[in-house]
Amino acid sequence: MNQKNHALYWKRNLRYLAILLSIWFVVSFGFGIILAEPLNAFQIGGFPLGFWFAQQGAIYVFVILIFVYMYLMNKLDLEFDVDEK
Amino acid sequence: MSVQTWTFILVGITFTLYIGIAIWSRAGSTKEFYVAGGGVHPIVNGMATAADWMSAASFISMAGLISFMGYDGAVYLLGWTGGYVLLALLLAPYLRKFGKFTVPDFIGDRYYSNTARTVAVFCALLVSFTYVAGQMRGVGVVFSRFLEVPITQGVVIGMAIVFFYAVLGGMKGITYTQVAQYCVLIFAFMVPAIFISIQMVNNPIPQLGFGGVTADGSYLLDKLNGLQTELGFSEYTSGTKSMLDVFAITAALMAGTAGLPHVIVRFFTVPRVRDARRSAGFALLFIAILYTTAPAVAAFARTNLINTVNNTEYEQLPEWFGNWEKTGLLSFTDKNGDGKVQYYNDKNLAFSDIADERGWKGNELTIDRDIMVLANPEIAQLPNWVIALVAAGGLAAALSTAAGLLLVISTSISHDLLKKQLRPNMTDKEELFWARVAAAAGVCVAGYFGINPPGFVAAVVALAFGLAAASFFPAIILGIFDKRMNMQGAVAGMVIGISLMTFYMLKFKFGIFDGGKEAVAGLTDSWWFGISPEGFGMVAMLINFFISLVVSRMTPAPPEHIQALVEDIRIPRGAGAATDH
Repeated sequence: MNQKNHALYWKRNLRYLAILLSIWFVVSFGFGIILAEPLNAFQIGGFPLGFWFAQQGAIYVFVILIFVYMYLMNKLDLEFDVDEK
Repeated sequence: MSVQTWTFILVGITFTLYIGIAIWSRAGSTKEFYVAGGGVHPIVNGMATAADWMSAASFISMAGLISFMGYDGAVYLLGWTGGYVLLALLLAPYLRKFGKFTVPDFIGDRYYSNTARTVAVFCALLVSFTYVAGQMRGVGVVFSRFLEVPITQGVVIGMAIVFFYAVLGGMKGITYTQVAQYCVLIFAFMVPAIFISIQMVNNPIPQLGFGGVTADGSYLLDKLNGLQTELGFSEYTSGTKSMLDVFAITAALMAGTAGLPHVIVRFFTVPRVRDARRSAGFALLFIAILYTTAPAVAAFARTNLINTVNNTEYEQLPEWFGNWEKTGLLSFTDKNGDGKVQYYNDKNLAFSDIADERGWKGNELTIDRDIMVLANPEIAQLPNWVIALVAAGGLAAALSTAAGLLLVISTSISHDLLKKQLRPNMTDKEELFWARVAAAAGVCVAGYFGINPPGFVAAVVALAFGLAAASFFPAIILGIFDKRMNMQGAVAGMVIGISLMTFYMLKFKFGIFDGGKEAVAGLTDSWWFGISPEGFGMVAMLINFFISLVVSRMTPAPPEHIQALVEDIRIPRGAGAATDH
């Protein structure tokens, strides 16, 4: 693989990371902590919404994020032909 | 059958299973000892990682802590699982590609410096020993309550088991034992949670039942909020810490967790980089099952506790109360002499008038938070076999983590210290011998701390997380993502991060500069930015990042071959099994 491709591969990887970690930040620090109080005014079922994100919701999103990352990166490896044989 | 008989049976069966697996999967080479030969299937590895990750703290203490902290307990839930995301996205695949055995290996090679390696070894040992001591205490609590043997004997039995399979089997033995332990611990955690959820809100899924409706038609959490305020506590769903402090503690726990050496090393055991990514996904999935159930268990336990205990005649209390009183982890003093238990928040000054009116003369019940999960099935009057199952689960959680940590201790000593620095000419066989000697010594030290737990365990654990966040985390991240990062920058960052963290801890946690422990409570107003010592790891980490970047830009770039190394770990192709150089 040549240098230019390599740089491009890395850039795409960093873009994926930026997007996924933004979501990571928003659901945990955003909804679960910074905005928890205003969100608690809303209820889903018996949960105040901010409380739900802090103790349940964010964790579900975390699991999904890792699998999405795995899927994206495996595809990217194939596209740039840097996967393991 | 009695609880004790059930406990002997279940603990006996699970221990036999662990030992059987250890004999079946004995390690023959250093590679099998350190990284299980590097050929473990990702789902299997995911389960082992989950067991490794979830310690006695997760199984025994966490739900108890949350039930007393309410909303604020989210710092542990978010911190520990969110840190896992950082680990999976930012560290695991690259460290797998790097392909050496340990974290100090990475630090030492990436920063071409034995000083950096030694600092990393020291941090790894400090973090690991702190953790092991905590696990051993968990083992002691379980044994003393359920088998009714003295704590000392309990810890010795636990040590013997861990010694047997960690020293004999190495990583290979540990991996397969941990899979069995994961199954035991998750089953043991879920069964009582499901029972209690059905009992309280008639919903078999605790994650949903947590927001469900109780028998009297009100939402469980609304009801709990009511009970809390009635007794002078703050609302369960609101908490008491400031938002900034919750933010900082969460961030420090996240970064600290991502830097834990015994979990990072798990990713060296899978054959390929793509397996490292996949294995991380499964691990968090397996972890999340427990971590989303724990807050539900916390809310159930809190409601049950208040309902059962408060304003009940001491004579009328159920049997479990007396059982736990015997361990000294629960105590009742009848301050106003009315023969009833009054449990309320006597620290809340605004509430003291109401308490006076009711004739209450101070809180009469003290509960060690560690017993909530273990006592929960008894409080809910579940069958005896469920109570015994929880004991077996707690042991599984403690032993699996202790074994993983012992392995880090033994590799740090035999590989990073002896082989890489003091005696580079050792043969594979000698190194394996020394790894086993180090593991054996580690077991003894851990056992000592388990029998004589230092009074400051909690403080030291917080310190360990803070130190990992302030030292390891930035050094590893920058080592991968910043090609320009050099030895000078990384070392300066680590040293300043650690020193600052240590200073803050000594000042605000131990009160060293202001006349000792008693002064600590009075210092909360002078916390920098209003951040508690637990959360200060975040600040120290940010400063580390900043210093590293500035210093590295003012000093020469790292050598050519290091830059090539960084290029190389960024692409998956060519990752062989983890090698010994």
